[in-house]
Amino acid sequence: MAAPKKAAASAAQDKTDGGSPPEFTKEQELKALRDMLLIRRFEEKAGQLYGMGAIGGFCHLYIGQEAVVVGMQMALKEGDQVITGYRDHGHMLATGMDANGVMAELTGRRGGYSKGKGGSMHMFSKEKHFYGGHGIVGAQVSLGTGLAFANHYRGNGNVSVTYFGDGAANQGQVYESFNMAELWKLPVIYVIENNRYAMGTSVSRASAQQDFSKRGASFNIPGKQVDGMDVRAVKAAGDEAAAWCRAGKGPFILEMQTYRYRGHSMSDPAKYRTREEVEKVRHDQDPIEQVRNRLLAAKVSEADLKAIDAEVRDIVNASADFAQHDPEPDAAELWTDVYR
Amino acid sequence: MPIQVLMPALSPTMEKGNLAKWLKKEGETIKSGDVIAEIETDKATMEVEATDEGTLGKILIPEGTADVAVNTPIATILADGESAADLAKASAPAKQEKAAESAPPAAAKSEMPQPKAAPAPQAVAEPDPEVPAGTEMVTQTIREALRDAMAEEMRRDADVFVMGEEVAEYQGAYKVTQGLLQEFGAKRVIDTPITEHGFAGVGVGAAMTGLKPIVEFMTFNFAMQAIDQIINSAAKTLYMSGGQMGCSIVFRGPNGAAARVAAQHSQDYSAWYSHIPGLKVVAPYSAADAKGLLKAAIRDPNPVIFLENEVLYGHTGEVPKLDDFIIPIGKARIVRAGSHVTIISWSNGMTYALKAADELAKEGIEAEVIDLRTLRPMDTETIINSVKKTGRAVTVEEGWAQSGVGAEIAARIMENAFDYLDAPVTRVSGKDVPMPYAANLEKLALPSAAEVVEAAKAVCYR
Repeated sequence: MAAPKKAAASAAQDKTDGGSPPEFTKEQELKALRDMLLIRRFEEKAGQLYGMGAIGGFCHLYIGQEAVVVGMQMALKEGDQVITGYRDHGHMLATGMDANGVMAELTGRRGGYSKGKGGSMHMFSKEKHFYGGHGIVGAQVSLGTGLAFANHYRGNGNVSVTYFGDGAANQGQVYESFNMAELWKLPVIYVIENNRYAMGTSVSRASAQQDFSKRGASFNIPGKQVDGMDVRAVKAAGDEAAAWCRAGKGPFILEMQTYRYRGHSMSDPAKYRTREEVEKVRHDQDPIEQVRNRLLAAKVSEADLKAIDAEVRDIVNASADFAQHDPEPDAAELWTDVYR
Repeated sequence: MPIQVLMPALSPTMEKGNLAKWLKKEGETIKSGDVIAEIETDKATMEVEATDEGTLGKILIPEGTADVAVNTPIATILADGESAADLAKASAPAKQEKAAESAPPAAAKSEMPQPKAAPAPQAVAEPDPEVPAGTEMVTQTIREALRDAMAEEMRRDADVFVMGEEVAEYQGAYKVTQGLLQEFGAKRVIDTPITEHGFAGVGVGAAMTGLKPIVEFMTFNFAMQAIDQIINSAAKTLYMSGGQMGCSIVFRGPNGAAARVAAQHSQDYSAWYSHIPGLKVVAPYSAADAKGLLKAAIRDPNPVIFLENEVLYGHTGEVPKLDDFIIPIGKARIVRAGSHVTIISWSNGMTYALKAADELAKEGIEAEVIDLRTLRPMDTETIINSVKKTGRAVTVEEGWAQSGVGAEIAARIMENAFDYLDAPVTRVSGKDVPMPYAANLEKLALPSAAEVVEAAKAVCYR
């Protein structure tokens, strides 16, 4: 069956609010640019290291979707938790986790966040309130709801930001979680990163309801479609959702319309979409280029932007260097951390 | 002919109950569907409906009577035209009708594979090393012991809470959480929707932040819906995070065969969970162990699978009256000392093992009976030391033999005490079939004391 053309529609056209999102200050634009660039350069480097055999197993790159995590993170406050699935490197960097630790985990070294025992899909940081990194599609949705349950139980005013994709949105436990979250008014923002493809299956071939903002409708959870390629729109939606949650009104769903430029994983056959489709999104909607163009229009100098590029490249190169030279975990680590 | 109204069973495992109240008086007219009495057990209260029309002839069991055995005649109903004079005839075995529509047919049969009304054997020959000599004991049902364990831990630690289906308002599907809502409130005793996969995940997520959930599954059969969260999330996170993030959580509920509930509700998950590194698996038999081990499980920083048994809930035992009675996880207990053969079991398997030991003693075979209590980590040392003494071992489990806990025990004995064995280790287990419904087939599918006796004699070459 041929995929309906709707899937190729511009993500930006689907946003519900119309008009432009609130402007960023120059400082916000610069921070967004820097954080998104860090993710992109990091992921490009991870792709290279994978090609060299330094990274094994699965490796799911976030390139193209950077505005989602960076914009959301700008809407959070200290103590808010983040949890996601297996395409998780961007989330970790956005929460402020150290690039060296993430890259060293990808290469399976002792300096990795999980001492090399978790790998690409399983990393955590208690300090940064990042709760993984989960390899089972949809499992993080119940877990993230549990994080919100804990916030509610403790009355700490924090919000759980629970990310999942358009593919995971079809899992049963997502709806079990929606039901409990609304029933108990748990402070959780469900961020559905709709990048249009669950592995190789387009949304139109897998989802009866393709408007993911409506997926909470039967539980009375409000939802919103957001241009996930525009970091300002993401931040504004994140602010609204977080305020809703913190006011004790329960969960909120944000459908982030985004796009992944790279394959599902490193072994993607790339047969389910055209090269032209990818190129068009990259050309018309790239989240980083949008910010860069606005900054240039606002008379920020090329030199200033290049300085950001250089800073980010230094971090990424250092992380790659660390990740390739850090020793593998000690053999004794095989037996640790099973119980505590 | 007057019709006898019999004491109904409220559940497949009910053996007796209290006749709380008569709602009709002798001589009153009764229509089919009228509520004539209220009966209660420690688990539930229920109305008895008449299934026949007529006049309430005689009340045979007065209200307030405790421990009325299922199927005892409690009243007679006179049909039109019958009089009190006919009552005498009714005392002879006559057409007996069940009183309540809800009474399962199982209760009417005497072939039931459930223990008789007498308390289960809790014969303990060996003193429990965890209990100081001279400790005052209280007699409790296992259900009460479990409830007290939770209540004590909830008083001690505000991070402990209970969630599950019907744990709060309904007071627990098996009444294990009875009274907790009243003491701790709805914030800490949480009724969930019927959504095992989801609430197991919610519990694990909450535990990852440092809370200590007790997640009740109405039975472990339903935990199959949640097993991904138990294994992939709860058991593995500590390892996958390099020790950074684990979860202190107890998953508890009845496991194994109940009675007459057939294949989907009668399964022993001992082997399933004991396979998984990162989990601890506890399966107590006695009331004291139920309490002490549940308290230990709640305090344990790791995920603990706590396998209870519906058949045992109503059984009583002596529980030490101590402020803080904890049984360490991972220690088996020699419940009966003997020198000829070692019988190893846990949970309801102990019922067969202890009965068999009594039988064997009559034939001059002294069996040493070990209650494993914890399946993971398994107390291999206690097993091996016993086998080195007896040279023979029989394992008893309700679960299936293939890849079962008995198979694991046999392997450990072979690895650690091969030279001490005088006979092959023998397994007594549930039969290799889904659990049948029919009473006779169900009985055949489960292990029995007779099978344990036979196995023990075989390894003793008797």
